[in-house]
Amino acid sequence: MKNKENFKAFLAGLLPYAQLQDGKQYNELTVSLDKWHETAQKLRDNKEIPFDYLISLTAVDYLTKFTVVYHLESTSTHDLIVVKTEVEDRDKPQIDTVSDIWVTAEYHEREVFDLFGIRFNHHPDLRRLFLEDDYGFPLRKDFKDEVNIIELHN
Amino acid sequence: MSEETIKNIIIREEDDYIVNMGPQHPSTHGVLRLEVCLNGETVKYLIPHIGYIHRAIEKMSESDTYKQIIHLTDRMDYLSAHMNNEAVCLAVENALEIEVPERVKYIRVVLDELSRLASHHLWWSAFGMDLGALTTFFYGMRDRERILAIFEESFGSRLLHSFNTPGGLLHDVHPNFQKHTMEFVKYFRKKLPEYKQLLTDNVIFHNRTKGIGKMSRDTAIAYGVTGPSGRGSGFACDVRKVAPYGLYKELEFKEILHDEGDAFARYMVRMEEMEESLNILEQVVDNIPEGAFTAKMKPIVKLPEGEYYQRVETARGELGVYIVSDGKKFPYRVKFRSPNFSNLFVLNALAKGGLIADLVAISGSLDLVIPDIDR
Repeated sequence: MKNKENFKAFLAGLLPYAQLQDGKQYNELTVSLDKWHETAQKLRDNKEIPFDYLISLTAVDYLTKFTVVYHLESTSTHDLIVVKTEVEDRDKPQIDTVSDIWVTAEYHEREVFDLFGIRFNHHPDLRRLFLEDDYGFPLRKDFKDEVNIIELHN
Repeated sequence: MSEETIKNIIIREEDDYIVNMGPQHPSTHGVLRLEVCLNGETVKYLIPHIGYIHRAIEKMSESDTYKQIIHLTDRMDYLSAHMNNEAVCLAVENALEIEVPERVKYIRVVLDELSRLASHHLWWSAFGMDLGALTTFFYGMRDRERILAIFEESFGSRLLHSFNTPGGLLHDVHPNFQKHTMEFVKYFRKKLPEYKQLLTDNVIFHNRTKGIGKMSRDTAIAYGVTGPSGRGSGFACDVRKVAPYGLYKELEFKEILHDEGDAFARYMVRMEEMEESLNILEQVVDNIPEGAFTAKMKPIVKLPEGEYYQRVETARGELGVYIVSDGKKFPYRVKFRSPNFSNLFVLNALAKGGLIADLVAISGSLDLVIPDIDR
């Protein structure tokens, strides 16, 4: 959709509960944890701009919370949006899987589980992807590597 | 931690016959282990095991400056080293709102397309060899050598040249750069028909690839398969067209699309892409303007607080760089969305139900580079 205002109105109509911000590059949506799976389904299945291509799925550790970031594109209109959900429980971080909506999410979620320890509910095959089972979660900011202690500070 | 540990949950039947392909199998092009379950010669399912060369590039990036990260990106998809560099550079340049000189934009396109050609040469060599046509290896390497000689002349290194820096280039190209590139274009135009004679028109090759590993457009999108592999299924995903960067807006080129979705279609996309790359080179090489090779940059780059995402088309698909900055000289978080990561996991869907010999053809036609998967 070329017109930015129309695109924003469309998103607001589709997802009235989501927070919509103007990012520096793309429109950003923030959705609460319990609404995420429903939102994902709506984003992919709507008739007007179906976001059928999950480009990237990742997480960021802000020490007080995890933010899971999804980059979605519609292959028909080439609109790109960024969707974020915040996982606040650091001890047992959990979020619903979207691998039933975008298949590629299955592997991206395994990667995020491996490196952040965020568990994806109802995931078909949640195993670690790169590292061994008893390794810590290295992309967490409070991760300490006891074997190779090389620390750099800003 | 032990509670968090998740056991292997794939339930296998007792009489499943498992064969491990890799991690040192020549046809996997790197350390990838495919756990293949067979029923006679037919593949029942396969599970890719990765992580053998996981180097934690994302973690290392968190304690490197933006200029240092460039050197790590080389090591992801080493055949698209230049495009990987460019992704980070563009992200930084867009964040700082720096306009790079025209000369830089032109040289970057030339290097993009030369890298793409060199990468496709290597793929073509190895793909033929996977299927038993050893001659392709010598033909492909012969032509790739010419490109690497151009790289060596200008940057001193052949593969991982880290020639891009935020704001421009490390130094100016060699005075003979344009001349030699143009000579290569003329040379390769003559050599491309040989590729057709040798492999494209080969009946044995047709039998090995046509109708093998069918991927529908919907499958390609659902698995996020991009690059020539996705375009072989009719998924228009060329970032150079979808979200043009650098000079690509102003250039005339076609996005190659095939609808068949089999291994042969993926092969044809790459063959036609080579020709298209030559077309782009011809438009650009002679018109490289004079001027500075870099914009003015501070020695230590600090991005303003915020999040940045940059997409770039590498030889294998869409590379995304997601940078979260907290305003310091090191990024807070860097994520590389690598094309091969998504491309690999479609393998089970394509190879299931086929023969194990076809598995080699399918994985070859996806053109996987393993360090890019592991990062």
